[in-house]
Amino acid sequence: MPRFLLKRLGLAALVAFTVSLISFSLLFLAGDPAVALAGEAATEEDIQAIRAQYGFDRPIAIQYMAWLSGAVVGDFGESYYFKTPVMELIASRLPTTMQLGLAGICFALLLAVPLGVAAAIRPNSLIDRFALFVSVVGQAMPTFWFSLILIVIFAVNLGFVPVSGTDTWRHFILPTIVLGYFATPGIMRLTRAGMLEVLRADYIRTARAKGLHPVKVLFKHALRNAAIPVVGLAAVQLGFMLGGSIVVESIFALNGAGLLAFESINRNDFPVVQALILIFSIIYVLLTLLADLLNAWLDPRIRVA
Amino acid sequence: MEPLLSVENLRVEIPIGAGLLKPVRDISFDLKKGETLCIVGESGCGKSLTSLALMGLLPRAARRSGDRLRFAGRDLLGLKERQMARLRGQSMSMIFQEPMTSLNPSYAIGNQLTEGMIRHQGVSRAEARDRAILLLEKVGITAAASRLAQFPHQLSGGLRQRVMIAMSLMCDPELIIADEPTTALDVTIQAKILGMMKELQAEFGMAMIFITHDLGVVARIADKIAVMYAGTFVETGTAHQIFDAPTHPYTKGLLSCIPVPGKTKRGSRLGAVPGVVPSLVGGVRGCGFASRCPVRQAACGKEPALTDRGAGHACRCVMDSDALRNMVWEAA
Repeated sequence: MPRFLLKRLGLAALVAFTVSLISFSLLFLAGDPAVALAGEAATEEDIQAIRAQYGFDRPIAIQYMAWLSGAVVGDFGESYYFKTPVMELIASRLPTTMQLGLAGICFALLLAVPLGVAAAIRPNSLIDRFALFVSVVGQAMPTFWFSLILIVIFAVNLGFVPVSGTDTWRHFILPTIVLGYFATPGIMRLTRAGMLEVLRADYIRTARAKGLHPVKVLFKHALRNAAIPVVGLAAVQLGFMLGGSIVVESIFALNGAGLLAFESINRNDFPVVQALILIFSIIYVLLTLLADLLNAWLDPRIRVA
Repeated sequence: MEPLLSVENLRVEIPIGAGLLKPVRDISFDLKKGETLCIVGESGCGKSLTSLALMGLLPRAARRSGDRLRFAGRDLLGLKERQMARLRGQSMSMIFQEPMTSLNPSYAIGNQLTEGMIRHQGVSRAEARDRAILLLEKVGITAAASRLAQFPHQLSGGLRQRVMIAMSLMCDPELIIADEPTTALDVTIQAKILGMMKELQAEFGMAMIFITHDLGVVARIADKIAVMYAGTFVETGTAHQIFDAPTHPYTKGLLSCIPVPGKTKRGSRLGAVPGVVPSLVGGVRGCGFASRCPVRQAACGKEPALTDRGAGHACRCVMDSDALRNMVWEAA
């Protein structure tokens, strides 16, 4: 197990380093950053001044080293637009996105897993068809449209929840449902498929032959094995959610990291974009690592690999 | 005394697109405490479904019916699934054909061995563990205590099957149904496992239904034999009756496939039963074996009954006992 962990950690570090290289180079892919910063009316002197001020005149390798050595201690420089430290800016936005992402994945799992299991127990039954309906609708509905429908019904007409904002937990109910429902179809179909396969397995017959309680057969012997691919998918989807949903965050005025990323790209605010890309990918890598560890716990055969 | 297990006209039917599949038709037998019944037949004859029907483990689509299915004084046909689950693993247990896939890959074998006993007998984890260690030793597994923490993928097929056998004995059942327990194992392991099962049976005194297509296995362990063909028994009797004086043409055909030292001439061809098992959709018209039988006659168009040919030796054939006794298997 320690070897397994070490191997995965090493791999994660390598991926994070590669991402840092790519996210740094983005700055130069978009053209000369000094020209972009200076604006259309700038003279050659202005551009030269900006180059010197931001250090764009140094060799790229040196610039990268300077950026990286700041990044490892959480110093991503200053936002071009807000003129405040990038880290402060992100620290103020990320918690909202995190709360929403975690709530969203919990909602998705609580809806998708029981529904998937129920559908697998009785394939082609009413509950299976209902589950299929739920997942097709979830897949087909555009997020923005679903958000607006929910707002019209539950916030405007019924007044159960506030329309937008982040003040109380009630503000998070609708965005959680939208984001969670978006992740539901995949998790549910995978749970159903996995359970269908596992329930046919010989060891389920063995468990029944032992006279175990049906609930124990289902949850101890079947679901644990069926859950292995689901864990991986849920981790990826949580990764998407923590990357922030621009649509959900802007419709519900959540002011999260997703919206910040979108706006910063439009403003050519490169330090913020670079930092967000790096942070999002590290979150992603950590989630994948977490999924690997969870799977190793679920499936003893993985532990030796 | 009432037999431990009494089965009369057990049937299994599965509705499929093309009609009603009847893989098990009118099976009857009695099994006394401590007795071993071998059910012999080729692949697809309904052996495994028979055993699953007895355990109440049939696939959801399959329907079980019969005139009687009594086990240890209880009528199994009338039991609900919940009550049946109480019996399974406790008074009747089963060993399966596929040791490689019959254990859950996610749990240590100690956990899988003990969970049934903890449920049925309400014993503590430690007590169940002690019993598991004792039984693992009985089935010839060394360092039994340390094996409990191992996972199925760390054990060979032979070891896994031993674990399955130990598992079936956990609650000291009165009946064990073994569905081809040695088929997936290589020959040396097969012999060891068979010997071990005989010893365990002598020690624990349970009755056994042993399902196999291997007549060599049957000869070693059977008290009684039922030869199964196309979903029904075609010949039943004691091991001596069947091996020494087989009557049904199919039994004769099967036995002709086995070389006998001193009797089978060197260089001569071994017997074979040509053809394949008939389709069981919609039931079988007439004698199921007629299409492969070298002595078939007009009367075979109507299915004969399983009739006693003396001393409990029964045969399902239209021919009379003398004609059957004199018949020599010559593949058509």
